[in-house]
Amino acid sequence: LEANEPTNGGEALIRALELEGVEVIFGLPGGAILPVYDPIIDSSIRHILVRHEQGAGHMAEGYAHVTGKPGVCMVTSGPAATNVVTPLADAYLDSVPMVCITGQVPYAAIGTDAFQECDTTGITMSVTKHNYLVSEAADIPRIVREAFHIATTGRPGPVLIDVPKDIVDPTNPRSAMQWYWPTDEEIAAGLPGYKPTTKGHPRKIKEAAELILAAERPVIYAGGGILKARAAEALRELAELTGIHVVTTLMARGAFPDDHELCLGMPGMHGNYTAVMSFQETDLLITLGARFDDRVTGKLDEFAPHAKVIHADIDPAELGKNRRPDVPIVGDARLIIEEIVQAIRGLLESGRQQADTSAWRTTISGWQERHPLHYDEHRPGDRLKPQFVLETLRDNTPDDTIVCSGVGQHQMWTSQYWHFNHPYTWVNSGGLGTMGFSVPAAIGAKVAFPDRMVWAVDGDGCFQMTAQELVTASVERIPVKIAILNNSYLGMVRQWQEMFYEERYSEVFLSQDVPDYKMWAEAMGCAGFRVDAPEEVLPTIQKANEINDRPVVIDFRTDAAEKVFPMVASGSSNSAVMVHPSQVAGIGEL
Amino acid sequence: MPGLYNFTGGPTSNKPLRHHTLVVLVENKAGVLMRVAGLFARRGFNIYSLAVAPSSDDERFSRITIVVDVESTPLEQVTKQLFKLINVVKISELDPADSVERELMIATVKADPSVRSQVIELIDVFDGSIIDVGFDELSMAVHGEPDKLDDVEELLRPYGIVELQRTGRVALPKLERTPPRLKSV
Repeated sequence: LEANEPTNGGEALIRALELEGVEVIFGLPGGAILPVYDPIIDSSIRHILVRHEQGAGHMAEGYAHVTGKPGVCMVTSGPAATNVVTPLADAYLDSVPMVCITGQVPYAAIGTDAFQECDTTGITMSVTKHNYLVSEAADIPRIVREAFHIATTGRPGPVLIDVPKDIVDPTNPRSAMQWYWPTDEEIAAGLPGYKPTTKGHPRKIKEAAELILAAERPVIYAGGGILKARAAEALRELAELTGIHVVTTLMARGAFPDDHELCLGMPGMHGNYTAVMSFQETDLLITLGARFDDRVTGKLDEFAPHAKVIHADIDPAELGKNRRPDVPIVGDARLIIEEIVQAIRGLLESGRQQADTSAWRTTISGWQERHPLHYDEHRPGDRLKPQFVLETLRDNTPDDTIVCSGVGQHQMWTSQYWHFNHPYTWVNSGGLGTMGFSVPAAIGAKVAFPDRMVWAVDGDGCFQMTAQELVTASVERIPVKIAILNNSYLGMVRQWQEMFYEERYSEVFLSQDVPDYKMWAEAMGCAGFRVDAPEEVLPTIQKANEINDRPVVIDFRTDAAEKVFPMVASGSSNSAVMVHPSQVAGIGEL
Repeated sequence: MPGLYNFTGGPTSNKPLRHHTLVVLVENKAGVLMRVAGLFARRGFNIYSLAVAPSSDDERFSRITIVVDVESTPLEQVTKQLFKLINVVKISELDPADSVERELMIATVKADPSVRSQVIELIDVFDGSIIDVGFDELSMAVHGEPDKLDDVEELLRPYGIVELQRTGRVALPKLERTPPRLKSV
């Protein structure tokens, strides 16, 4: 399309997506979005036809998680729009760049309770970074550009564009428009209220550098913002320059290599002991792109009680939201870290000495020795230990394997037991905790990187929520691999009921026998396996790794009695972290 | 799951509440008021009064004056999140002590010929004006500080208020009284 060339809203919408560099749309057509689906046939963009709109949203998220590019999903009006609300909320809480296009009834019919009508912008207002109801065809190129700009800059997030049918339907005169493509300047001028700060304030950077060199027990609290800002390299430079240990939150797993000697792993409710205790005992918490989530802090008043806090985040609303920082820095994590590194180098060159942190390092290595991750050995007759399955899977897949998970015990174990050595290899639903996330997210990730191995580790409860997307994967030839840690329970809820509800198990048992996951997998066009014995774990994983022409599902029958440790009970201080029962004797010796 | 969340603050807290006035400059687009109001509603904060009008100097913008009863700490958080809204251009919080506030009230009051002059006199005292006269009713307009309008309302009540409307307050920051050259001394 040339400038001023006559076109229609539907064609313009697809053209705009092409110009934004969209490679793939995850979606499902329907009445109101029909006219936009027609030009897809002639477009360079790949469309992946999902089986449920929630799947489209999570696939777009999975794609965005591993590429950093905005994931795009497109669905029709009404029930389709309400079905993407969950992925939108998920993307909003995890700051995932995403553009969602929904069909809408014709403009004149809006508000009349027309067929498949719902107030999509009203419903999604609080779960999107921004949303649009397009009223004129001529607004489409501008709004698409704005949407991608908003989704990918500042704190990334989902943006929804609701498109009434009449303005995209070439048979309707309201769809007529002349093509144009706005410049960056025009977009900026059209968004007077949107100017994200990216560069950290120089005085704050200097203060941060001073505090870092003066701290005797410093620790870096690295959050998902590191990945969003593509700051993993900068983070490594900061850690290695100063010898400061790095804790990576659930959203930041992979942002710093787990095999690095300075990596302490995951903090929080199911964080490892050393990471949790390092926060409780530190004198300087260097918070980079993290948000003091309740799952990390435990009881907020008793979190990191001795620490001064440096808090760098691109979202000013995060600074002081939960913990008042001593040095707040608004800006892009990568730029801020690079500036801090430069400031520290400057101070060191001018003769400043870094404080002695050797006692702190000794303390940390003591914790690591006394409280490594632990699970009891398999005993004959037991179902599989889920941790053993994960260790075997981890040790028999390539280092750059992309791992996705759902939400619950299996998610925590995967985060704990996997060794993430590369950024963008871990995809999960952290903030919203969306069960059913992993299968579609894995599909989205595999679409982005067809040559890399993608494993979804899922629970049996989660799997049953979105498993139908494996039909999509089979038909579209997207060979993802799914490991179900099947303990027949809603495991995390069961764990809470065991520990906090006197073992009164209310509505958490799913079923020993149904569904038959192997048959179900095969019915969906996947290879299906069931593993009961420990000695079958490795050979089955090896078989699965060799299958590349269709998805694979392995039903690992795991031990329902296994609990996730360590654990900080909800509302408790992190200092009251519960370790594995076999390690209880070591508690309290710092 | 009970006890899953452990947040402080919010509307159930026992600390005394006080008025805060926020002046929010927004893009004049459909749905913006809902976005702004939604951030308060989400937290269960009640908006005490609200005034919205197009900005006089630039028709692309509107000015929303929000009075809300809430503690300072959660309000600071709402303010920051308001600023995250793409359509919000500028926010200023006005402390009642450092701002001038005005509100307009119009009311219809029962005033048969025997008391009509009393009501007119009363409105006169408060610098109001009579805007409509009926056989046994009067309509009047009074503007001023919200406290003053409370007083007028109180004084009119015995006559019988037929209908009464208030606009919600609008506010401006108090002006600097010190000449600039003296400040540096």
